Amino acid sequence: MAHLGTHVALAGTALVVALALGIPLAGLTADRAWPRAVLLALAGGFRVVPSLAILMLALPLLGLGFGPALLALVVLALPPILVNTDVGLRSVPRATLEAARGTGMTERQIGLRVRWPLALPVVAVGVRTATVEVIASATLAAFIGGGGLGDYIVGGLQTSDFSELLLGAVSVALLALAADSALALTQRKLAI
Amino acid sequence: MAEGGARVELRGVGVRYANGTADAVHAVDLTIDAGTFAVLLGPSGCGKSTLLRTINRLVEPTAGTVLIDGADARARPATELRREIGYVIQAVGLFPHYTVAENVAVVPRLLGWDEARIRERVDELLGLIRLDPERYRDRRPRELSGGEAQRVGVARALAARPRVLLMDEPFAAVDAIVRASLQDEIARVHRELRTTIVFVTHDVDEALRLADRIVVMNAGRVVQNGPPDDILERPADDFVRELVGVDAETRRLALERPLIER
Ligand SMILES: Nc1ncnc2c1ncn2[C@@H]1O[C@H](COP(=O)(O)OP(=O)(O)OP(=O)(O)O)[C@@H](O)[C@H]1O
Ligand SMILES: [Mg+2]
Repeated sequence: MAHLGTHVALAGTALVVALALGIPLAGLTADRAWPRAVLLALAGGFRVVPSLAILMLALPLLGLGFGPALLALVVLALPPILVNTDVGLRSVPRATLEAARGTGMTERQIGLRVRWPLALPVVAVGVRTATVEVIASATLAAFIGGGGLGDYIVGGLQTSDFSELLLGAVSVALLALAADSALALTQRKLAI
Repeated sequence: MAEGGARVELRGVGVRYANGTADAVHAVDLTIDAGTFAVLLGPSGCGKSTLLRTINRLVEPTAGTVLIDGADARARPATELRREIGYVIQAVGLFPHYTVAENVAVVPRLLGWDEARIRERVDELLGLIRLDPERYRDRRPRELSGGEAQRVGVARALAARPRVLLMDEPFAAVDAIVRASLQDEIARVHRELRTTIVFVTHDVDEALRLADRIVVMNAGRVVQNGPPDDILERPADDFVRELVGVDAETRRLALERPLIER
């Protein structure tokens, strides 16, 4: 149970941090050519690096434990959040924004009442992807001493205890599935 | 805001876009009297939309002044000005996450009307554009036909009783039958409300049908400004003659074709 708690804390914190960073950042760059190009290039770069590699890179740089594992997971969660926020904001039709401007909304009102609400379903898809990835990858955190359900797998591997290994694998899968379905429901609510 | 229309005056209005080498609109002097249905007519790219958008400051003129009832449009924040000027575009641009009623209520909400007054106004407007409030109020834009969507677009633009209504090719995207009925509606709405309407089209028939005054534009300039009869009978130059003349010929041929087939 402690392992589950650590796992959820690790994945949850990583997601919250990635959302808090990623959504405003993508919001700021969406309409600025250069910053946007840089952001998307970075997101693309991080996306193709396997999560295990990120975790292993974090090891020599930051050492062992919860902190480095958290950082690696944030880096992992950021790309889908950044990309989907960007796509969501930019896919709002020009005509809709033009009409909004024509009604006399301020830029802030256009953002809050029109652009972000219309971008939200696309952002939600990114959040869902990030969530599943982070829950699955948080397993690997056990390899750098981050704890969580991965400890069952690491332990199971070390002692060749198949049932412990299975316990770890199945519980991670169940957790990811549960989170995914919960988000799928939310997403359906958001759909326009 | 009172019923009726405001006078719109453009004095030496010019627009050059940041990336442009020539003026998109050049030295336009134009007065549209209160309550007039004015149609800006001209070929694609001649600057109709640009000129229209200087009136609600979606485009800021790089030269000259726009006056609404004698007051400089720049005297107030653009957002405040726009809440008193209706704006309808070809793509409609209804807010897809809002119901029909919420779309129509956008400007009254921005102006802080109370909910009871808004609800009453929404039903009144849906009635005006002939959409049964009971049936349409709670629909989403995706549940509307193109013609119905544009009716709602017009209702949204009229919601706060604007004294000027700007319409940029509002009926260009619907089929001919729907277009004709929308034209009838807007003509009727104009008769009832006496709002000043500035309406952009490149369709000569539409211009002739709706306009009190036709403002013919070419290459960023106004080349003729007068009542439809004048434009037809006394075109100012070859450009205008060709614009209305070619179209008259097409109409004549279109009328003849069924006879030949018979
Ligand atoms: N935002 C813009 N930035 C730069 N140039 C623009 C912009 N909008 C329009 N233009 C240019 O200004 C000129 C006039 O365009 P405008 O849209 O006003 O023409 P229009 O008469 O409305 O044409 P259409 O009938 O095709 O809608 C064109 O040459 C166009 O390319
Ligand atoms: Mg145009």
